[in-house]
Amino acid sequence: MKIVVCIKQVPDTTEVKINPQTGTLIREGVPSIMNPDDKGGLEFALQLKDKYGAHVTVITMGLPQAEAILREALAMGVDRAILLTDRKLGGADTLATSSAIAGALRTMDFDLIITGRQAIDGDTAQVGPQIAEHLDLPQVSYMEDLQYDEATKTFTIRKQMEDGYQILQMQAPCVVTALASAVQPRYMTVSGIVTAYDKEVEVWGADRINVPEDRIGKAGSPTSVFKSFPKQLKPAGETFEVSPEEAVELIVNKLKEKHII
Amino acid sequence: MNLAEYKDVYVFAEQRDGKIQNVALELLGKARELADALGEKVVAIFLGKNIKDQAQSLIAAGADKVLVCDDSHLETYLTEPYTEAITQIIKEFKPSILLIGATTIGRDLGPRVSARNVTGLTADATKLEISEEEKEFRMTRPAFGGNLMATILCKNHRPQMSTVRPGVMQKLTPDASRKGEIVDYKVNFDDAKISRVKIVKTVKEEKVITDISQAKILVSGGRGVGSKEGFAKLEALAKELGGEVSSSRAMVDAGVMDASRQVGQTGKTVRPNLYMACGISGAIQHLAGMEESEFIVAINKDKYAPIFNVADLGIVGDLHKIVPMLTERLKTMQK
Repeated sequence: MKIVVCIKQVPDTTEVKINPQTGTLIREGVPSIMNPDDKGGLEFALQLKDKYGAHVTVITMGLPQAEAILREALAMGVDRAILLTDRKLGGADTLATSSAIAGALRTMDFDLIITGRQAIDGDTAQVGPQIAEHLDLPQVSYMEDLQYDEATKTFTIRKQMEDGYQILQMQAPCVVTALASAVQPRYMTVSGIVTAYDKEVEVWGADRINVPEDRIGKAGSPTSVFKSFPKQLKPAGETFEVSPEEAVELIVNKLKEKHII
Repeated sequence: MNLAEYKDVYVFAEQRDGKIQNVALELLGKARELADALGEKVVAIFLGKNIKDQAQSLIAAGADKVLVCDDSHLETYLTEPYTEAITQIIKEFKPSILLIGATTIGRDLGPRVSARNVTGLTADATKLEISEEEKEFRMTRPAFGGNLMATILCKNHRPQMSTVRPGVMQKLTPDASRKGEIVDYKVNFDDAKISRVKIVKTVKEEKVITDISQAKILVSGGRGVGSKEGFAKLEALAKELGGEVSSSRAMVDAGVMDASRQVGQTGKTVRPNLYMACGISGAIQHLAGMEESEFIVAINKDKYAPIFNVADLGIVGDLHKIVPMLTERLKTMQK
């Protein structure tokens, strides 16, 4: 079995702060990490490697420094790592991103493609299903468990829903998007870390993928950002430091005034 | 692509087990406003099996026209048949705007439809508007975990697509006297393609799930509440107020509260008439899910807690004392 896991390097958004003077994001000092849902997906792939001897490739599209998460994946146990990086791919929205990654995947052999459900810097959950569409493959998103039957090459997937779950089946080749909360990703091993730096990270440019230029990068992006701005919080009301008795009176009076009680 | 050929605001009217989902009605309310600003129509796309008798309720919620696709392949959601049905509708009717609820279904369907039709999709918009001068469709959404807002355009591709989370838009008061058109639409399926994914079973969780995004009053607890015993105090207050209990992420991660009651970026978006934040510090991810609430009361020991920046009434104090006293006070008031 051959598996390709698509991963992304993201800023740890829980560490992002806003500069109150300028209203801009402070990105200095914010650590870059492997996107949590992608790491969950990678763990699913490595479990299939443990069980069935699957060959696992990771691919990421991004800036050259995204090599760091590929090294991390190598240290966790993947067999091959590819960095898709090119100025021509920059400024891409989800559709152009998925077109480029699908282009790279088209040149490879695989039975299963795993992506994270969504990345924490954008929270769109779009790139996985869009890759599946470009490759004309069946997909199941929000995967929280995955079983494989070797004889029939069939995957049985548990999909999370708001009000329960679904059990779905599909045959290779296919695409799943994984939830970080479903698995505990393994740690890098010491020997893994050492050998990860001896392994090759393949660097691919836009010339390696056969996708027209009007489908990648900024030119291939139907959406554009008109403006971005820090969130406007509404003006704060009054805050009181009073005894519990007075606090209760304040609350009751306000709720009456607002006709809530 | 001739943009002028594309018109009207379409809404994917999600149903589960034949029941129209609240988010569909919320989107119809917003679509009505957008269509009126453009001088265009609101069209609901209604996919399922034996659902036609409910089409009128979509008109009552704001639609001018309902396209009903009644087909056994559409009874329960699956990516391919739904993507194909919507694609055939897009090709035939050329919508200018298409809105989809950001549920586990909508967030699976939306990207697949956008890629098949080579158009843009804005994820989880919190504000949708038509600009006054250019009559341009503007979609605003949070980015970077809610730290930044971005307004997105889809200038040269149609339809202009957006998903919207449940609870963000407001539905109209249903108007049973509203008139509209109900039209049957037949979708042609490629059997080999739609049968690639099979449903083995669909399981509804036994636990009673309260949809906190529909509650008018929420008493919400965070780290300061601490335990199940602490939440019992909040539940007593919620009962007295006729509301529900919700939670911050910290208490869900700690296993004290169920994830279905979580408010925030990774939980639900709520906008109740009253949101009582008890022992919640107010991380930006939490604020993203509740700051549109009508009236916010915050009780917290830490006077520097960021929750006080969004609260209409802030109390620096011990919720473990104040909440039970408030509950008692409300009880005596009712007598």
